[in-house]
Amino acid sequence: MARETSPRGGSSSGAGRIAQGVFAYGLIARMWVRSTLAYRASFVMMTVGNFAACALDFVAIMLMFSQIDALGGFSLPEVAFLYGTSGVALGLADLLLGSMDRLGRRVRDGTLDVLLLRPAPVFAQVAADRFALRRLGRITQALLVLGWSVSRLDVEWTVGRVLMVPLMVLCGTAIFGSVFTTGAAFQFWAQDAAEVQNSFTYGGNALLQYPPTVFAKDLVRGVTFLVPLAFVNWLPALRLLGREDPLGLPGWADFLGPEVAVLMCAGAALAWRRGLRAYRSTGS
Amino acid sequence: MRTETAGGGTVAGDGAAAEPLIEVDGVEKVFSVRRRAGRLRRVRQEVRAVDGLTFRVPRGEMVGYIGPNGAGKSTTVKMLTGILTPSGGRLRVAGIDPARERTRLARRIGVVFGQRTTLWWDLPLKDSYELVRRMYRVPDPVYRANLDRCVELLDLAPLLAVPVRQLSLGQRMRGDIAAALLHDPEVLYLDEPTIGLDVVSKAKVRQFLREVNAERGTTVLLTTHDLTDIEQLCRRVMVIDHGRLVHDGGLDALRAAGEGERTLVVDLERELPPLEVPGARTVRVEGPRQWLAFPAGRSAAPLVTAIAERYPLVDLSLREPDIEEVIARLYAGAHGPAPR
Repeated sequence: MARETSPRGGSSSGAGRIAQGVFAYGLIARMWVRSTLAYRASFVMMTVGNFAACALDFVAIMLMFSQIDALGGFSLPEVAFLYGTSGVALGLADLLLGSMDRLGRRVRDGTLDVLLLRPAPVFAQVAADRFALRRLGRITQALLVLGWSVSRLDVEWTVGRVLMVPLMVLCGTAIFGSVFTTGAAFQFWAQDAAEVQNSFTYGGNALLQYPPTVFAKDLVRGVTFLVPLAFVNWLPALRLLGREDPLGLPGWADFLGPEVAVLMCAGAALAWRRGLRAYRSTGS
Repeated sequence: MRTETAGGGTVAGDGAAAEPLIEVDGVEKVFSVRRRAGRLRRVRQEVRAVDGLTFRVPRGEMVGYIGPNGAGKSTTVKMLTGILTPSGGRLRVAGIDPARERTRLARRIGVVFGQRTTLWWDLPLKDSYELVRRMYRVPDPVYRANLDRCVELLDLAPLLAVPVRQLSLGQRMRGDIAAALLHDPEVLYLDEPTIGLDVVSKAKVRQFLREVNAERGTTVLLTTHDLTDIEQLCRRVMVIDHGRLVHDGGLDALRAAGEGERTLVVDLERELPPLEVPGARTVRVEGPRQWLAFPAGRSAAPLVTAIAERYPLVDLSLREPDIEEVIARLYAGAHGPAPR
């Protein structure tokens, strides 16, 4: 049995598994989109509602600025930049992996077993579970805010700075995605842990929409070192906007986003594997 | 169905009979359960769900796998499909170690959980089949042939365009069984495939399984609480209790070993001393009601006549020995391997 070298992945290589996963993700996501379109009116209302809820969110910030000129030393376009980058990053992660917090329910009612019977990686199947296009609402709104802020920011747009924006968003997506995945992996053991993970993702996003200078130092430290959400947008954005960071970290820390994202993803992958292994040895 | 498309060249189950398709050698599954003991203290407790299980299933056989709730049936099936990793022992399905190569095995097995559908709730039945075709990468001609055959035998034609949520339980079960067979699996695991179905649907499902087994030599492992399923489909029955096989053999042997006594409950006009009827013995008396036990192979009719002739009979009912009882008897060690 020469094939038994890879521990759980079956006979396929790592790259083959990723391709297999992406393929399965696409198939399942399409099925969910078609399922939601079975209730067309409900889909339209949910999308509009999602967009409106997010839009009102930013209106609150604009209202605040009608009374003040700066928040923690940041102007409205600057806050909009933070808001937009974090929002798009979370929106993308939410679109791609947002339903992973349902894993606990699947473990509890045993429907996870059905996924384990299919010839596709479980992660891809769980990630694509309840794939919801209505989440495009949040991304759209955050993109609009980001676009507006970029047009109003007083920044000299060099090539490097222009490239930094999508890179920031991508790393941010990876970081939020890792938190989603780690949270889901934790549900293999504790099936009701969804809220803890949500506090990091959605709660973290609410935090990152504001300048770090308005928060207490300890909170900023926690978000930098414990749950490294600060790398989603705070640190790189501060560099881009030419601001000092409140923790006084060395300048190269601003560029750690990709490294942090890779580390977070590796950690999340490890957590996921351990969780799945635990499930398969204990059952539900 | 494979036999049809391949023109008889690769009839499954013909040449490979010598090699068992399912091999289970001393397989164990131990769960560690934490139980509350007092307010904060928790005690770890080991539960042996499957305990030294050994059996073989040759290609093309239909085997019934029965046992009371919690006996280890589902755990066995989960290990055979690669969902659960065994704690010990050796397991092979079609030469594959299920726990290590789950996705490779998945292409070669079909599973139907009676209580859990794999179909897409809000989409037409047909769409679920399309997903199977793509996910299992079933070649088009094979898919066509299999789907056509399933549609024909299971009367699915009028259901294909109907969203699954609108199907009745029996229709959905038929749909689920078809979904498990589209990729030409060598083994089919059925977990309670007739649960909750009406008599007609049950008959249809059984007929279909018989034909699939005969036509393409699909090996079938059938878990059920309904002894009629077994009677009509399987020549071999394995009975599991407390994680161990207590019977593995023909249905007749099981009947001989397990079938105990039927009970006739009679209501009399008044309280009487225990009835004396040839061929039965009175096991319980409670006021005007009495319980009479008689061998399961015997008809109740002569007994009823005899009682009605001699005693003031008001009402009666008949109780069959249930499967739990049969298995309890087996476990008591009357037949089969004695519990260690």
